Order: sequence, then C-alpha cells, then structure tokens
Amino acid sequence: MTALISIQGGAKRFVKGRETITIFDHLDMTIEQGDFIAIMGPSGSGKTTLLNLLGGIDRATAGSISFAGQRLDQMNEGQLSAWRAANVGFIFQFYNLMPALNAARNVELPLLLTSLGAGERKRRVETALKIVGLAERAKHFPREMSGGQQQRVAIARAIVADPRMLLCDEPTGDLDRKTADEILSMLQLLNKEMGKTIIMVTHDPEAARYASRVLHLDKGRFVEQVAA
Amino acid sequence: MSDFTLILANLFSRKLRAALMLVAIFFAFLIFGVLAGVQNGFDNIGDSGSENRLVTTNKINFTQPLPLAYISRIRSVEGVVGASHANWFGGYYQDPKNLVMTFAVDPESYLNIYAGDVALAADQKAAFLADRTGLLVGRKIAEKNGWKVGDRIPLNSNIYTNKNTGKQSWEFTISGIVDPAREDGSTDWAIFHYDYFSESVTFGQNTIGYVIIETADKALNMKIAKVIDEMFANSPAETATDTEKAFGQAFAAQLGNITLVITLVVGAAFFTILMIVGNTMFMAVRERTREIGVMKTLGFPSGRIFKLVLGESLMLSAIGALPALAASAGLLIWMKKTVGMPGLALTAPYVALGVGIMLALGLLTGLIPAWNALRLNIVTALGRQ
Ligand SMILES: Nc1ncnc2c1ncn2[C@@H]1O[C@H](COP(=O)(O)OP(=O)(O)OP(=O)(O)O)[C@@H](O)[C@H]1O
Ligand SMILES: [Mg+2]
Repeated sequence: MTALISIQGGAKRFVKGRETITIFDHLDMTIEQGDFIAIMGPSGSGKTTLLNLLGGIDRATAGSISFAGQRLDQMNEGQLSAWRAANVGFIFQFYNLMPALNAARNVELPLLLTSLGAGERKRRVETALKIVGLAERAKHFPREMSGGQQQRVAIARAIVADPRMLLCDEPTGDLDRKTADEILSMLQLLNKEMGKTIIMVTHDPEAARYASRVLHLDKGRFVEQVAA
Repeated sequence: MSDFTLILANLFSRKLRAALMLVAIFFAFLIFGVLAGVQNGFDNIGDSGSENRLVTTNKINFTQPLPLAYISRIRSVEGVVGASHANWFGGYYQDPKNLVMTFAVDPESYLNIYAGDVALAADQKAAFLADRTGLLVGRKIAEKNGWKVGDRIPLNSNIYTNKNTGKQSWEFTISGIVDPAREDGSTDWAIFHYDYFSESVTFGQNTIGYVIIETADKALNMKIAKVIDEMFANSPAETATDTEKAFGQAFAAQLGNITLVITLVVGAAFFTILMIVGNTMFMAVRERTREIGVMKTLGFPSGRIFKLVLGESLMLSAIGALPALAASAGLLIWMKKTVGMPGLALTAPYVALGVGIMLALGLLTGLIPAWNALRLNIVTALGRQ
C-alpha cells in the first residue's frame, strides 16, 4: 500500500494572550491509500483540529502535510480550495446541509466547482443519491428529513465529486444506534467497494469497530490499536 | 443548478423577510419613478414651444397686469415679427373643480403666433374670428364636457365678474375644436376674444396679462428682450421678458419647488430603505455563517462566495426595483392621459438614474456582508453550533 496522506512533525499551538496552548507537537502520522481509520480520544484532545489540518481547512503551526506527493502546507488559500474540491469529501456530526436547497441540489453543490455540464451533474447526483438509498427523496428539503436521512444526503454530497479521501467528524454522534450502524455500514461499503480512504473521528467504540485501524489521540500522542 | 439559482434559493430561504424587503424596495422605486416622471413633465414645459418666442410680463410678477397700449409699442421693436396678448381668465365649467384653463386673447395675432402648434379647421378658424363670443377649445376638454361646435355654453371665472349680469359667468359659442399640431403638444386650454372680455369685466379693462412675441431669429431673443424691458423701465408697469420656456417653468414653479421635494422625498425613502435592507442583509448573511463555512470547506473559493453574497443583494435590489420602474412608467402613461401634461413620462435618463440607484443600493447593502463572507475563517465558522 502507498501513503495517501501524511503529517511529519505536525504541531498546532494557539496563542491566547501570553499563554500558548499546545494541542500537539511533533506529530507523525501516515495514512495509506484505502485505509479506514478511526480516531478516538478524550474531548479536547485535538481530534477535530487534526482532521481540519488533514482536510486543508486549517493550517499547522509547524510540520509538513503531504497528500499524494503534494505539500498542503505550501499551498495558498485558492490552491487549497481547489485541492479540497477535487480530493476531499467532508461529513460532519450535524450534517451541515444547506437548508435552502433540496437534497439533489445539496448533493450537486460540489459539482458546481467542476467543469461538468448540467446533464452530467444531474446523472452523478442521481447516482450518489442511489448509493445512499435516497433516490426518491431528491426533492426533499433537509427540514423534511430525519437525522439519518440528512446524514445520508451529506454522504452523497461528500462522494459525488468522487474524492479519494473522506473526512468524517463524529458522523454518528447525533444518531441512534440503529441509524448509526446504517451510516457506518455505508462508510465501510464506500471504503471496501469504492476504495475511499476514510478518516473518521468518533467517541463511539462500536463505530470504531467498522474501521480497519483505530488511533487513540491523547495528550498530543497517538496510541495505536489494530481493530479486531 | 447555477450560481443564479443558488443566489435565488438563499435570497428566498426566508420568504417573509425577502417579501418585506422587496415591498419596501418596490415602493421606494415606484415613488422615484413617478416623481421622476413628474419632474420630467416640469422640465419639458414650454419645450413644445417654438424657440423664437418670448413672453413679456409685469416685472413684479406675472399675475400683475400690463397696459394694453404696450402691445403696439412691442410690435414696433426691431426683430419682432408678431406679438399677441393674453389674460388669465381662471375658468371652470359648472363645478369649480372642473377647471378649463381659459385665456382672453387677441384672436388673430394669437392664432398666427401659434399657427405651428395648433391644428384647426379653416372654417372653424373663420367662425371663431368672426364671432365676438366665440370660444376655441381643446379636444380633450370638449369631449370631457360633451361640447360640440355650435353649442352655447357658460364658463365661470373665479377672478372676474360680468358687469352685464352681475355674475361671474360668461356665455360662449363653441366656434372650433383644436388639436395639437405636434405629437408632444397639448391643447388643454380654451381661448376667447379679448374684446368680449374687456368690455364686460368690472375691472381690468384695457389691461393685459402678458405679451407673447415672435422674434425673427432666436439669436435675437436676448437682445430683443433687453430692448423691450429697457423701453418700459422707469414706467409704472416695468416689464420682464424671457423665453416662453422659462415663462412656462416659472408658471409651474408656482406649484412649489418640485425638484427639491422630489430630492427630499426620494432621498429620505432611500436612506431608510438602505438602512433596513442593509441591516437585514447583514443579519441574513451572519445567520448563514456556518453555511458559508461549509461552502468554503467544499472548495468554493472566497471570491466566488463574495460574488454569491453580493449577487444576492443585487438580485434583491433588482427584483424590487425593475418592476417598480416598469410600474411607474405605466402609471405615468395613465397620468399623462388623465392630467394631460405632455412631458409626464419616465424618460431614458431617469430610467438610467433609477437603474444606477438600484445598483448602488445592491452594492451598498451587499458589500459589507460579502466582504465578511470573503474573509470568514472556515474553522471559526464551523465551530459555531
Ligand atoms: N481557536 C482556538 N483557540 C484556542 N484554543 C482552541 C481553538 N480551537 C480549538 N482550541 C482548543 O484545542 C483543543 C482541541 O480542540 P478540538 O476541537 O480539536 O478537540 P476535539 O478532540 O475535537 O474535542 P471534541 O471531542 O470535544 O470534539 C481544545 O482544548 C480547544 O479548546
Ligand atoms: Mg471535535
């Protein structure tokens, strides 16, 4: 397997007045192409911060981040935007769909950043909604859907542009056990069948079982466990 | 879905709020459009007149009379081709509200000077000149009151009393019905013989309201005006001579300083709308901080987010303003028909001004929210639950 994304000597510090808060320091991590990683750890340990660095929406204080040979830490804002649009799908705890747009349009959003024509976009949106089992909900607005359904729309949005990597921050944190398992199975399927590299932050040990590797982040250090 | 549909969806995500803002903008631009049309009407008073016509009035103001004898002295001035005179009669028919803008004039010289502006059948003209109690009236007024050529009708004055009857009423025979000779002209007036007026009024005999002069060349206008006013300087009735257009505008100015009123009303309305819409846009975009953070996360570049937000306020402004400008143009067409003021119209310069104000409103209300959206930090935006 080849490394898809890696951090070398990653550090994140916040300066608050005279105080400097160090979230982590000298962090090294390599994630292989096709991995399904679960990141666990106590609240405030820096899981979201790490995910933000990997997703190119936040910058490390020090260290380098490489994605398939490209240095994220050397890109400017515009390059990072374009890189995210092409390579990363994001899935959040609270779905983060656009309330003014129906499911199909929410899913279509990332495709507006591509050069695809309207017909091809429509086709891809339909496919993505079919994969998450919501083809018949295309015209529904987020407020008309359950949490689980909204999260599935969010997954469709994350995969519609066919990115190599999915970043999920507590994707089942707001869902009941049964719905959570459905979402997790879906992620597992995307990992196994479509080869998506998935990095998922979770508090839920059950959720972590769907991953192929579990990393425990605590006090700025990783403790690895291989999933059963 | 295009950026356009995305902008629309965001704009109308709160339907009531959007509707209220649109109504406010609509009425502001409706007021603007109608007032601009009225302003245009006043701007164009006298425009239909010929450029080589002057009007001489009493220097004190044009409601003060001039001696009748002035007319022959003015006719003798070099460069004056013809001169006629008119008295404001202040007419109405039956009801004081049913105004008929009526003048007592010197018939032959008056019709000569306005020959190019008034279309009148030759037999009707002859009948008017021959009949001392004849009245020439514009077609709109005649139709409104159901008058036909040959009818005998009474007209009341709200200024003069008829010494033969002791009433403020005169009998006339409709000798002819006049039409404007040009498309932008108007004949919403009536004229009758000065002699009939002068012999029967209880006061004001042998005085005239103002003199209309036709000059040989418009280049001579100012020189002739100066000669006339100097001729009557230091007399009991000094004169002021100006172009017919200036006279018409001075007459209209009696109705108040329209331009100032328009500027104040429109200015106040727009300032209010600017504040309301600006504040609402600011809050609307703030509410969507998280959504904008998500858009950026998905890879929408900041510049595109800026355009989307600015596009939203421009769209709001346009959806409110363009129908309002169209509606005001329609309203002015209707007003023009009913009031009969030829210049009442939303002309291209005012449409351009309206569109300019519309763009300014959109930009002013959208720039700050758009700038905030542009600079929004993704992590901070996503952190807000
Ligand atoms: N902008 C900031 N300024 C200062 N400190 C910050 C800032 N953002 C995050 N932190 C701190 O960084 C630490 C890690 O935050 P992070 O959100 O990554 O934790 P987390 O592991 O995702 O926690 P949770 O499980 O509760 O989501 C926290 O102590 C937080 O207070
Ligand atoms: Mg977190």
